[in-house]
Amino acid sequence: MMSNRKNSTHHHAKTACHECDLLQVLPVAVTQNVVCCRCGALLHRAPGDQPQTSLALVLATLFVFALANVFPVVGLEVGGVRTATTLLGTVSQLMHQDMLPVAMLVLFTGVLLPGIELLALLYLLLPLTLGRVPHGFPRVMRAIQMLHPWGMVEVFLLGVLVSLVKLAHLAQVHPGIGLWSFFVLIVLLATSASRFDAALLWERYEACRAIR
Amino acid sequence: MPRYPLNSAAARGWWHCHACGLLCRGVDERPGTAAVCPRCGAEVRARKKRSVEYAWAFLLAAIICYLPANLLPIMETVMLSGTQSDTIMSGVVFLWQSGSWPLALVVFIASVLVPLLKILAMLLLLVTVQCRSRWAPRQRTRLYRLLEAIGPWSMLDIYVVALLVSLVQLQSLASIKAGPGAMAFGAVVVLTMLSAMCFDPRLIWDPIEVNDDRQA
Repeated sequence: MMSNRKNSTHHHAKTACHECDLLQVLPVAVTQNVVCCRCGALLHRAPGDQPQTSLALVLATLFVFALANVFPVVGLEVGGVRTATTLLGTVSQLMHQDMLPVAMLVLFTGVLLPGIELLALLYLLLPLTLGRVPHGFPRVMRAIQMLHPWGMVEVFLLGVLVSLVKLAHLAQVHPGIGLWSFFVLIVLLATSASRFDAALLWERYEACRAIR
Repeated sequence: MPRYPLNSAAARGWWHCHACGLLCRGVDERPGTAAVCPRCGAEVRARKKRSVEYAWAFLLAAIICYLPANLLPIMETVMLSGTQSDTIMSGVVFLWQSGSWPLALVVFIASVLVPLLKILAMLLLLVTVQCRSRWAPRQRTRLYRLLEAIGPWSMLDIYVVALLVSLVQLQSLASIKAGPGAMAFGAVVVLTMLSAMCFDPRLIWDPIEVNDDRQA
């Protein structure tokens, strides 16, 4: 079969479900979520945020992300001895105990991958809002897609709550600024993830590339 | 040459690009060949590469790690009164006995039930796909979707251990060390997630013909 370039840049309404491979036709003007008529997979999201809005959200999220990682999440006080920790503090403590794999797992899923994802989004959205194509757009988009399932900030927050209850018997527990920042952070992350419109970015990318 | 059901995109030579969602023309229908997406340059295939093999490999590794994850202590508490080792289950029991049963339930679901169900569900999906079973494809797809959604939540216990380890370092009174079980448990979480990512849900639908569909 020959590769057919004519159809490739297309905005056909034709699509294949990514979960059951059913060939089907998308409605023309999509204003709501479209699901696959056979398996119910989400085929097309309702139009999400414009790049400008996404950019604003990403900037806010980055700021809160920094706060959440700089300030201590929880503190513990027993007989005048105070300890407090940040997410990075837990990583270094685990490394001290020769638990390098666990430390790396916490470092990557809790700090590095969400951070890289946010920075990558910033890198994409800033030029696109100015009407320029960022260098290496497809690769960065793919990286974001791959990194996304590994960011586990919301699981970490639940972990904090569980540890607070476990420690409450032992000693006096002080929730820190970091904890409140984490609450705000997961709300922002959830908002931007649910309103993130990859299809729109791809369209914007094609449009910008066509003008150039 | 693999035979795809008539109503599938692959049967008409259309491949779905997983990176950008573009429907691309397939190059060749032999298994294992890849095209290049004209929009994003990613590799496009009719089905994920060696999906079943990779998924089995990660799943078997996860099953092997599952035993030490549950049997070895994930935490060791050194106190004046002596050393106490905690496995995942004993952590749940402790929470239950100390009266915070909603939390005990959350930890039990996230760290005991979810990994176990994930392994069982992956086994079910892989076995039925290999038998080219036509049983309940819609429900199996939904199961797969659930599997992907709950994947990260079993990391809960790793974070709890990490926090306790760095908070409870009160030299003379008490200190907590992470145990070898934590490493195995982390491996189970990562391996089951990788296994689910490698699995291609479209394989569930491949044995199903147009006519079966009406009944499904």
